[in-house]
Amino acid sequence: MIRYVIRRVALAFAVVAGVVILTFVISDVVPGDPAASWAGPHASAAQIARARQYLGLDQPLAVRIGKYFAGIVTGNWGTSIHTHRPVLSDIGTAAPATLELVIAALVIAILAGVPLGLAAARWPGRGLDHAIRVGSVLGVSMPVFWLALIFQLVFAQRLRLLPVAGQYDPNLVFSHPLTVRTQLPVIDSLISGNWAMLGSTLTHLILPALVVAAYPAGVIARMVRAQVLDTVGEAHVQMVRSLGFPERSVFGTFAMRLAWNPVAAVLALVFAYSLVNTFLVESIFDWPGLGSYAAASVSTLDTPAIVGVTLFVAAAYVAANLVVDLVQAALDPRIRLR
Amino acid sequence: MNKVSQMKLEIRDLRVSFAGHPVASVPELNVDGGEIVGLAGESGSGKSMTILAVLGLAGTAGAAVTGSVRLDGQELIGLSGARLRAIRGRRIAAIFQSPALAFNPVFRVGAIVSRTLRQHGLSAAEARVRADAAMRSVLLSPELLQRYPAQLSGGQLQRVAIALALALRAEVLLADEPTSALDVTVQAEVLELLRELRDSRGMAVLFVSHDLAVIAELCDRVAIMRAGQVVEQGPTGLVIAAPRHDYTRELLAAVPRLSGEDDLPGTSPQGLGE
Amino acid sequence: MSGIGVSGIGVSGSGRFLRANPLLATGGMIALLIVLVAVVAPLVMPYPADAGAATHPEMALQAPSAQHLFGTDQVGRDVFSRVLAGTRVSPLVALFVLVIACAVGISLGVLAGYFGGIADEIIMRVTDIFLAFPPLLLALAFATVLPANLTSLTIAIAITWWPWYTRLVRGQAASVAGRPYVEACRALGIPSWRILLRHVLPNSITPVIVQVSLDFGGVILTACALSFLGLGAQDPTPDWGLMVAEGQNYFTTQWWLVTFPGLAILVTALAFNLLGDGLRDVLDPRRVLIR
Repeated sequence: MIRYVIRRVALAFAVVAGVVILTFVISDVVPGDPAASWAGPHASAAQIARARQYLGLDQPLAVRIGKYFAGIVTGNWGTSIHTHRPVLSDIGTAAPATLELVIAALVIAILAGVPLGLAAARWPGRGLDHAIRVGSVLGVSMPVFWLALIFQLVFAQRLRLLPVAGQYDPNLVFSHPLTVRTQLPVIDSLISGNWAMLGSTLTHLILPALVVAAYPAGVIARMVRAQVLDTVGEAHVQMVRSLGFPERSVFGTFAMRLAWNPVAAVLALVFAYSLVNTFLVESIFDWPGLGSYAAASVSTLDTPAIVGVTLFVAAAYVAANLVVDLVQAALDPRIRLR
Repeated sequence: MNKVSQMKLEIRDLRVSFAGHPVASVPELNVDGGEIVGLAGESGSGKSMTILAVLGLAGTAGAAVTGSVRLDGQELIGLSGARLRAIRGRRIAAIFQSPALAFNPVFRVGAIVSRTLRQHGLSAAEARVRADAAMRSVLLSPELLQRYPAQLSGGQLQRVAIALALALRAEVLLADEPTSALDVTVQAEVLELLRELRDSRGMAVLFVSHDLAVIAELCDRVAIMRAGQVVEQGPTGLVIAAPRHDYTRELLAAVPRLSGEDDLPGTSPQGLGE
Repeated sequence: MSGIGVSGIGVSGSGRFLRANPLLATGGMIALLIVLVAVVAPLVMPYPADAGAATHPEMALQAPSAQHLFGTDQVGRDVFSRVLAGTRVSPLVALFVLVIACAVGISLGVLAGYFGGIADEIIMRVTDIFLAFPPLLLALAFATVLPANLTSLTIAIAITWWPWYTRLVRGQAASVAGRPYVEACRALGIPSWRILLRHVLPNSITPVIVQVSLDFGGVILTACALSFLGLGAQDPTPDWGLMVAEGQNYFTTQWWLVTFPGLAILVTALAFNLLGDGLRDVLDPRRVLIR
């Protein structure tokens, strides 16, 4: 088991390294001058040249890549050409918002997807099953940026049920200032008992989280349905019935536990998809996360920032995979016993 | 033997059918407390469907059931879901053919046992006491309850299943080919266990099998099923010594015997009639 | 593994077949419709010039009407025509992506699976590295550093998609390579390329077909998402994702700018996903990689 984990981690590092190298190489080939972008539109040729030297862009590619890798380990992820701040600190500021959104979306997806999938498996072939199957495919086929705009228009602007954008109502900051501890507004307002702020953060979180949750909910519902249907004919299901358990326990307690393993397997991938989907949605909801940061970096050819974000997401994906592997082993004794 | 006016389990005119096609038909079958009745026949003869019908689970396989199944005089066919569930496990228990497949692989066997006991109204503490005692009755260490099904042998799992029936204080045990997937030596142990259930606990056991030799050895009475129909039944010794139906004769002839052995166990004059 | 031989099904047979597989039927029909539209779009759209560089600022932002079924956009172009024209943009990108992915994936997969050895090791390590990364993100990373146009979009997505096919085909090729009749062929001196062509490839086709149909919707979504971010199609190309991006700022009042192109993406992705699901149920329930 340990060997398995080590191998996975090593592979993950190789992945990240490969992607970083590739990103450097490609951005080197692309036309456009980050030094000019950094120096500003009114810079003279001499100033741009000095900028290039300052940014280290005059050195050969291999050297730059090497220095970058050395820097990663020491915590120096370069300086953003656009914000002029260390990339790592930029990411540190932006990442929590994105993570908050992704986690909220995944929680919603599990809370919705699992029971729906179970219900579909319990009464297969009936109207509910068909509706859930169509809904799942719909969720998986949904262009998330479009759904975000539609939801925003319908629920926020037309029906005025929910706020349009932002993480929380900025006016509240004056009357109920938020003590920042975890950088996650929902958690921060919870632990400091700032109820007004908590309400605001939650209502602001709902719409974007629902939008991002559409895809994983669809995937999870389909997965649960398929897995449970697979096991329904098996002897252990009939045995549990013969012991006098009601159908909802037969499905909800016994059949479901078998389904958790493959659901967990797909959770890491779904996390990655949701992360990228969050990027798409952030600009629409004025959500101050990595997506907005990455979008700004792209338009200014901010290579250190782009590479930094890529690196961070890769690391997050690796971490998610590892967590999922461990959770799977905990849930399914067959893995541990191997 | 003193026959009481009412048998533990009385089956009358039981008909199980799939979309109009009959798969099992049992005009009359009784199992009393303290006896083992065998239901013999080839695969596909409708034996397993009969068991499912008695449990009221034939519907989950998509079958329709008519007729009467009485437990201590109480009619089970058509009983409400909640009432049936109270009876299932608690008064009528079942053990199945592949014990390795019958236990949910991601639960510890003890978890299934304790959950079942609590489902039927016991407290957690009572459940633990009964489970441990039942395990010892089947000659297994109670600590085996901590294991997962993959960590136990087929014989052990089958004994856990029987222990579960004991812990529940079930009055009727339906055994669907419980030894078919086991080694011969392990088989003998399980059969011995069933005999003990009959003798010391007075359980009514319905033993379904395609293996006539095992049935001959174990059962007090036997019913022969063929293509969904019960073709013959009676005390085991009588049926084996003097089969009335052609099919029974074919079955008997098909049983492999060691050379020099002419009779099946139980056919000697001492086993005939009571 | 049994496949469905379409040639063997008569008219009545296919009727029953379609009714038994409603997902496949629905998805297939809509997908067929979309392909049809893509083919005849230039002939059918009411304002063909609007799908290109034409602008009519005086007719900008008109609501849907009889003359303009989906209204007009911010420079006066007919949205309906542009949406129809869009059937030739993202689906075409998806087609190219999957063709490239298949070509590369099958070649490498066959190489790795059939010949094994060091080629297998190298190819699979590289593939593993790509597979360990979320595909959408990889495409995003590449797209951000490439110039923004449809070609680089296609390349960026194709780069991230081929590893799945490599792994899929490698598995098939390896299992076929181990079979006795293939060894017999080798013993008889039959050249490898013939064995590959006549035995390995046909066996690999079915799972690849299923995977392609399942992926089609996903690639379209990815392409549109990247175009939405400005990393793919550029104005005046009638890409649906781009149209949604352009219509964003006017959305609160001119809802038709965003609604119809987005709906087109949804319907197309839905159709191909249903088709893919249906095909998988019918053809090869166990073989497909879960994405």
